[in-house]
Amino acid sequence: MKIIRMLGRSIRDALKSVCRNFSLSLASISCITITLIIVALSILASFNVQNFTKEIESDLTIIAFMDNDATEEDISTMKKNIKQIENIDSYIYEDKEKEKENMAETSDVFATVTKGWSKEENPLRDKFEIKVKNIQKIGQTAKQIQKLDKVAVVRYGAGLVERLVKAFASIQKIAYGVVLALILVTVFLIINTIKLTIFSRKREISIMRLVGASNFSIKTPFIIEGMILGLIGSIIPVILTTFGYLAFYDHFNGYLFTKIIQLISPEPFIYQASGIIVIIGIVVGMIGSASAVRKYLKV
Amino acid sequence: MDLIRLKNVYKRYKNGVTAIYNMTLSIKKGSFVFVIGGSGSGKSTLIKMLYREEKPTSGQIVVGGVDVARLRNKKVYKLRRKLGIVFQDYRLLPKLTVYENVAFAMEVIGATKNETRVKTLKAIELVGLKNKVHNYPDQLSGGEQQRVAIARAIVNNPKLLLCDEPTGNLDPDMSMEIMKVLEEINQKRGTTILMVTHDKDIVNKMKKQVVTLKDGRLVNNQEKGTYDDEDN
Ligand SMILES: Nc1ncnc2c1ncn2[C@@H]1O[C@H](COP(=O)(O)OP(=O)(O)OP(=O)(O)O)[C@@H](O)[C@H]1O
Ligand SMILES: [Mg+2]
Repeated sequence: MKIIRMLGRSIRDALKSVCRNFSLSLASISCITITLIIVALSILASFNVQNFTKEIESDLTIIAFMDNDATEEDISTMKKNIKQIENIDSYIYEDKEKEKENMAETSDVFATVTKGWSKEENPLRDKFEIKVKNIQKIGQTAKQIQKLDKVAVVRYGAGLVERLVKAFASIQKIAYGVVLALILVTVFLIINTIKLTIFSRKREISIMRLVGASNFSIKTPFIIEGMILGLIGSIIPVILTTFGYLAFYDHFNGYLFTKIIQLISPEPFIYQASGIIVIIGIVVGMIGSASAVRKYLKV
Repeated sequence: MDLIRLKNVYKRYKNGVTAIYNMTLSIKKGSFVFVIGGSGSGKSTLIKMLYREEKPTSGQIVVGGVDVARLRNKKVYKLRRKLGIVFQDYRLLPKLTVYENVAFAMEVIGATKNETRVKTLKAIELVGLKNKVHNYPDQLSGGEQQRVAIARAIVNNPKLLLCDEPTGNLDPDMSMEIMKVLEEINQKRGTTILMVTHDKDIVNKMKKQVVTLKDGRLVNNQEKGTYDDEDN
């Protein structure tokens, strides 16, 4: 009960002082807004990139064809050697007889043609279908496989995909850097906003202390003020995220350029993204005000 | 029963000034004590140590069972709730009415609305400002403002009231009004009062316990004492 009364008081005080120091509050709020919009864009982009890299990754395999004269012994050495390569997740082995059957099943023509092949004459090759753990290293891994004994040809998915993923990864890094810098500026602005509030209420605070207000109840209004700044600052980014992503998704019918690059469907994704944005706003506001309180309010 | 006990207390400020030397002093519950002494003799320092604005450099201070010297910053509020403090400059909030100024002290310690209202009105009545409840501080005389400050200090019914020159800014008539209020609080509520003053007339008229400081030392502690010029 007592805590609720104190919180009520704190929220009232916080709202009052947001209005009282309106211009500085507005500066903080705008800064939070800009930061969060960029955070929102990075969230939307990076979640989508993550989503379709995962999809592509599960599709993408390295196929290694063995030499035509590879013996069963060669195959089992190959199986052993493949396990030594670190980036390899799993593989499926298919010998050329199986391949022949598969081929025969696809059409009558193939069925007739392949029937003529004896085991020795079979021109097809034993093959390994290999999945990797880290798609960014797929080229390197393919080269390692190529070097193994009796491997004739190695094929893997278009180099385009690999480059795309790499590009996204570096864009993500730049975005993180920008967001971090913006968060620092925001925290700095919030510290100054709260500092001003603390100074404008110096007399009140000293009286509160004299009559026995606890440190907690002295600090709380300022912390809440910071959180309110963060919350207000996240309104516009949340609206932009929600409606922006919906419009974007509809405009592109759910995929980007090619059907391989599927967008995450808006529900519940936009709610999760909005949640993250609001939380970041509030936490940044709280960090700013908490450090202002620690610095300028010696309680 | 002693409400305040000091034992071998020293206070040395960071700039090297020693304001209190080896002070040992006890104040009984319910007493009314004047603290007198020349300027710079350490009166305010003594008061500040009692409400833990300043910490003693060495020695022991116990106020209402609380070991003040060892009290951690976080717990200071517990001590402050046991005492009221009044200063020469009133320290009221100018944008709040008389009622709000007094109620403020209850609100910030988390009292209920009802308790706040009842106790606030009682305290305002005790200091005789019932008809000025909705005035703002700048609509009051100095004496009336000081009475608001006293009401705020006693609204929570503290055991101890510390006053640092409460009449310092007031003319003799207003000063006597304040003294009447303090006397009444001491009698009616049994509140122990420790009052720093320079006012000879008040000390001599009231005939209370008088503690005299000189250059940071306790030089006299007398029941029904007087303010003698040779003390300074
Ligand atoms: N915060 C401080 N820092 C350093 N020295 C201080 C501080 N406060 C007081 N002093 C010094 O301590 C001594 C005692 O000061 P104090 O304020 O206790 O005197 P006082 O008896 O209240 O004087 P007055 O009657 O003028 O109010 C003085 O020499 C003063 O300069
Ligand atoms: Mg003084």
